[in-house]
Amino acid sequence: MDIIIASFLEDSIVPKFNYWIYVILMMIGLYAMITKNNLIKKLIGMAIFQTAIILLYVSVGVKADANIPIISHHGEKDHVEHAQNENLDSASEGSSHHGSKKEYHVIDKNKFANPLPHVLMLTAIVVGVSTLGLALAISQKVHGSFGTLEEDEILDQLRPGGHD
Amino acid sequence: MADLESSLIPFFAWLVSLVAVPAIILLGRKPDAREGVTFFAAIVKFSLVLLMLPLIREGKILHFSFGEIIEGIPIEFRVDGLGILFAIVASSLWILTSLYALGYMRSLKEHDQTRFFACFALSLSATIGVAFAGNLLTLYIFYEILSLSTYPLVTHHGDKEARSGGRTYLSHLLGTSVAFVLPAMIYCYWKKGGDINFTDGSLLTTNIDSGAGLILLLAFTFGFAKNGLMPFHSWLPNAMVAPTPVSALLHAVAVVKVGVFCVIRVFTGVFGIDLLRDLNVAVVVSWIAAFTVITSSLIALTQDNLKRRLAFSTIGQLSYIILGVSLLTSLGVTGSILHVAMHAFGKITLFFCAGAIYVTMHKKYVSELVGIGRKMPITMTAFAIGSLSVIGLPFTGGLVSKWYLVMGTVDLGADGTVDSGKIALLVIFLVSSILNACYFLPIVYRAFFCRPEESLYEGGRQEAPLACLIPLCITALLSVISFFNPSLFIELAGLIIK
Amino acid sequence: MTDHLPILLLLSPLFGALVCVLFGKGNSKNAWIVSMISLGISSILSVFLLLKVLSIKGGDIRYRMGGWDPSSGYEVGIELRVDILAALIVLAVTLVGFINTIYSKTRVPAEVGEKGPFFYALIQLLIVGLCGIIMTNDAFNLYVLIEITSLTSYALIAMGNRRAALSSFNYVIMGTIGASFYLLGVGYLYIKTGTLNIDDIHTYLENENLWTSQSIIVAFILIMLGVWTKMALFPLHGWLPNAYSYAPSMTGTFMAPLMTKVMVYVMIRVMLWLFGADFVYSEDSVWGELIVWMSVVAIVAGSFLALARNDIKKMLTYLIIAEVGYMVGGAWLNSLTGQAGAFYHILSDAAMTFCLFIAASIVIIRTGESRLNAFDGLFRKMPLTMIGFTIGGLSMIGLPPTCGFFSKWYLISGGIESGHWEFVVALLFSSLINAVIFFKIFERAYFGKIKGIKEEVSVADIDMIPAEGIKSVPASMLIPLFISALSVLILGIMNKNLFSWISNALKMING
Repeated sequence: MDIIIASFLEDSIVPKFNYWIYVILMMIGLYAMITKNNLIKKLIGMAIFQTAIILLYVSVGVKADANIPIISHHGEKDHVEHAQNENLDSASEGSSHHGSKKEYHVIDKNKFANPLPHVLMLTAIVVGVSTLGLALAISQKVHGSFGTLEEDEILDQLRPGGHD
Repeated sequence: MADLESSLIPFFAWLVSLVAVPAIILLGRKPDAREGVTFFAAIVKFSLVLLMLPLIREGKILHFSFGEIIEGIPIEFRVDGLGILFAIVASSLWILTSLYALGYMRSLKEHDQTRFFACFALSLSATIGVAFAGNLLTLYIFYEILSLSTYPLVTHHGDKEARSGGRTYLSHLLGTSVAFVLPAMIYCYWKKGGDINFTDGSLLTTNIDSGAGLILLLAFTFGFAKNGLMPFHSWLPNAMVAPTPVSALLHAVAVVKVGVFCVIRVFTGVFGIDLLRDLNVAVVVSWIAAFTVITSSLIALTQDNLKRRLAFSTIGQLSYIILGVSLLTSLGVTGSILHVAMHAFGKITLFFCAGAIYVTMHKKYVSELVGIGRKMPITMTAFAIGSLSVIGLPFTGGLVSKWYLVMGTVDLGADGTVDSGKIALLVIFLVSSILNACYFLPIVYRAFFCRPEESLYEGGRQEAPLACLIPLCITALLSVISFFNPSLFIELAGLIIK
Repeated sequence: MTDHLPILLLLSPLFGALVCVLFGKGNSKNAWIVSMISLGISSILSVFLLLKVLSIKGGDIRYRMGGWDPSSGYEVGIELRVDILAALIVLAVTLVGFINTIYSKTRVPAEVGEKGPFFYALIQLLIVGLCGIIMTNDAFNLYVLIEITSLTSYALIAMGNRRAALSSFNYVIMGTIGASFYLLGVGYLYIKTGTLNIDDIHTYLENENLWTSQSIIVAFILIMLGVWTKMALFPLHGWLPNAYSYAPSMTGTFMAPLMTKVMVYVMIRVMLWLFGADFVYSEDSVWGELIVWMSVVAIVAGSFLALARNDIKKMLTYLIIAEVGYMVGGAWLNSLTGQAGAFYHILSDAAMTFCLFIAASIVIIRTGESRLNAFDGLFRKMPLTMIGFTIGGLSMIGLPPTCGFFSKWYLISGGIESGHWEFVVALLFSSLINAVIFFKIFERAYFGKIKGIKEEVSVADIDMIPAEGIKSVPASMLIPLFISALSVLILGIMNKNLFSWISNALKMING
C-alpha cells in the first residue's frame, strides 16, 4: 500500500507539483465565483482563477538553471558564444541577431527562461486587471442601486416587482 | 419527353392577379373601380390561360423560369395538361366568384372589403403558381403563400369564432407542410442529387426501398393537408366561419383543389405510377382515403349547419380524388383528375346557393330550409343540380368523373389482372354515393315538396340579388354541360397519363 | 492602400473611439457623427475587402502586423488572415454596426444621457474587437480580442438600468470563466507545439501526429467549453437572457445579432482550421454524436423556454439560444452541407435577429409595455414596424423566400446527409414552435385592442423609460428596421451565390 502511494507521489505529483497547485487554485477560484453570495467575494474568486492560469503559463517557460530572459550587452560575456547555433528559440520575440557584424552575438537559449509566456501573461494580467476594475465599477453601481452587495438580498429586492 | 417550349404567357397569367393587388388597395375608396380591377384581372387571366390551351393540347409543355434560387432548383413554371386543367377551373370560377362576392359583400354591407378583394387576388395568384409549378420547391413556396394569403379571408369577421377558426386553419396547414413536406422535399433533393423537377416519369429514379418509399409518400400525402385527408382535416369545417364567397371559391375550388393537385403531382411526377406499382405502397393511401370518405359522409349526416355539411361533403369528395389516383390505374387517375373539375363546378354551385340563402333569408341551418323551394326556386333548383353532380347522378358532370373512378377500381393493373383488394374500394364508392344522397336529397325534397303547412316561408318569390343569382345559375349550367361534353377535360387528363 | 485593408478596417473605429472620448465631451450628437464616419469607412473598406478576396478565387489575404516575415522559418508576429468566410462576417459586423448607429441616434440621449460619447466609443471598440476576432490567425491574439469584445460588452450592458448592472455582473463572471478556459486550452496547445499561429499549430499537430495526445484532446475540450460559454450554448446560457434584455435598447440590437454568432465562427475556425476535420469528426466520433444531441437539447429547450416567456425581449433571447443550437449542431454534423449551412445561418440569423430586436425595441419604447400585450392592435397603429417584425418572424419560422427558410433547408439537408435524424426533427420542431410563438403575436397585433398611452407606471416598469406614446416613430429608428428586413429577404434570394462561396471555402479545408 505504501509503495503504491509512494510511486503515485513520485510519478504523478512531485514532478508535476506546479500543475497540481494551479489546478487547486483554479478550483478554489471557481468555487468562490459560483458559490459565494457576496459580489466582491466572487470577484476575488475570479482573480484567483485568472491568477492560477497565469501562473501555469509562466511555469511553462521555466528551464533548469535558467536566468531571466533579459539580454544585456554589458558584461556577461560568458553567456555569449560564437556558435553555429541555428536553433534559436522559435518563439522568442527578442532574439537579437545582428547580421551585419562579423561577430555574432548568439544566445544559448537554454540559459534563458522562455520569454514568450511572460509576454503573453503580461497581456493576460492587463486583461485580468481591466476585468477586475470593470467588475468593481459595476459592483459599485449595483451597490448604488440596491444598497447591498449580497446576491440573495438583491434577488429578494427584485422578486416582488420583477417580471420573468 | 414532350417538347418543352419557352413562353412568357404563364408568367403573365400568374402576374396579372399579383399586379391587381396593389391596384385594389389603392382604389380602396372607389368600390366600383376596385371591383372593376378584380374583374379585369380575372378576365385577362382566364384569357391568357385559354391562350395556352391549344398549345398544351398539341402536347407541348410551356416553360418559364425565374432563375435558380438553390443550387439546381429554379423557381419555374411548367404548364402541362394537369396544370392547365386546374388553371382553367380556377380562373374561370374566379370571374364568377368575383361577381358573386360583389353581390354578397354589398348586400351584407361587409366591412374591410378592400382587404377582402386584395387577399382574394393574391390567393388566386398563389393558386395559379401552384398549378403551373414545375418543381417541388416552387410548389411548396406557392402552397405556403396560399395558406398565408387566405388567413385574412378566413378570419374576415374578426370575432372570437373567426380567430379560433383561423388558428385551427393555420396550425393545421402550416404545421403539416413544415413538419412533413419540407423534410420530404429535402430528402428527395438529396436522394436525386440536386434537382426536384417534375418529370414525365419518376424523379426518384434511384433505388428506394418500400419502407422509405412509404414514409415519403405518407409524408407528402399528410403534409399537403389542404387535401382534407383525415386526421388533419378539421381546418376545413372550421374555415366555414369565412364569408361564403371565400368558402365557395377557396374552400371548394382553389385551396382544397391545390391540396389534391399537389398529391396528384406527387403520385405522377415525383414517384411516378410505375414506381408506385413496384413499391406497392399506394394501397395504404387508398385505405386512408377510403376511411376519410366514409367517415366524412357519416359526419355530414349529423351536421345541421349547411356550410359545415357542405364542408364535410367536400372532405369526402377530395378523398375520392386521392383514392382515384392511388388506384394507380389509368382510368382511376383520369377519374380523379376529372373529378377536380366536376366537383369544383358542383360544389361551388352548392356554396353559392348556401350564401344566397343567407343573404336573402339569413338562414344558416338545414332544419330551417323547409319549404324554401317555393320562395327561392331558382336558387334551390341550382342547389338540386349541384347535389346531383356531387352525388354522381345522370345529366350532371359528377357522373362522368365518378364513372371513371369506379371503373378505375376494376381497371387492369400492371400485371393485367383485376386487383381483388380494389373491389372493396368499389363497394366503398357505391356506399358513399348512397350516403351523399342521404344528406343532400332530403334538403332538396323538403325545400320543394313539403306540405304548405310545414313550410317556414310565406309570401311570394324573393330571390337572391342578381349578382349572386347569375353565377350560381352559370355554374349549375356548367355542371350539366360538362356531362354532355366532357371531352376537353378527358383530353387534358390524358396528357398526363402516358 | 489595398494591401493594408484589413488593418485599416480595424484602425478606423479604434481612432473613432478615441476621438469620441477626447472630443465628444457631453455632446452625443458630435460623437454620433464621428461614429457614423468611422463605421461608414469601415463598412466601405469591408466591401472592398470582400471584393478583393472574391477576386483571388479561393485564396486568402494574409496580412502581417508590423511586417514580421516568416521567411526565416519561424512564425513571429501576428498574422491576419482573411478568406471569403471572414470577409463575409466582417462585412456583416461592420454593416450591422453602421446601421445600428443610425438607430442609436435618438436612443442614446434618451437612454444613456450624457454618457453618450462613451457609449459610442465602447461600441466602436467592440466592433474593433469583433473584426479582430474574425480576422486574426493567432490563437493568443484571439483570446485578447475576445476579452476586448467581452469587456466592452460588459460595460455597454451595465449602462442600462439597475437590473442591467446586475445582469452585467453575472455576465462578467460567466464570461471570464469561458475566456479563461479558452486561455487554458491555448496554453496546453502552446506547451505541446511551441507556437501560437493557427496554421502553424495545425501543421505541427499533423506532422507530429499528436492527435491522440491527451493534452491535445484536453486542449480541444477546454477551448470548446470556453467558446460554448461565450456563445450561450445550452446549458451554459444562463447569462444571456438577462444581459440582453435589460441592456439599453441600442446595445441589445447590436449585440444580439452578432456576439454569439461571432463565437460560433470562432468555434468553426478552431474546429476546422486549428484542429482539422479529421480530428474533429473521426477522432471524437463519440463526441460528435454527443454534441449533436446537446445541440438538439439546446434547440428544444430554447424553443420551449421562448414559448413560456411573456416578456418580449426575453422571448427573443431564448430564440437566440435555440438558434445557437442550430449552428453548433450544423457544424458538428460531419457533412459539408451542414457546415456551410451553419455558416450561412450565422449571416441569416444575424439579419433576422437584428430585424426582430429593432422592431421589438421600437414597440417597447413606443408602447411602454415590455410584455407581449404590447402588440395588441399594432397592425393598425404601427403598420410599418409590424411589417418589419413580421418579416423577421416569418424568417424565424422558416418560410420562403426569407433567409431563414434557406438556412433550414441546408441544415436539414446536412442532417439527412449525415444520418442525424434527431437534428432534423429538432429543426422542424423548432419551426413549429416558432410558428406558434409568432402567430400568437401576429394574431394579437391583427385583432387586439390597442393599448393607450400608459398613465400609471407600475412597480415593474420603474426602470422602463416612460412611454412616449404611439406617435410616429422617427425615421432614424425605422430606416434600420427596413434595411434589416430587406436584408433578410435579399440574403434569402441571393442564397445560392453565398452558399456556393461558403461551401467552396469549406471544401478546401475539409480536404
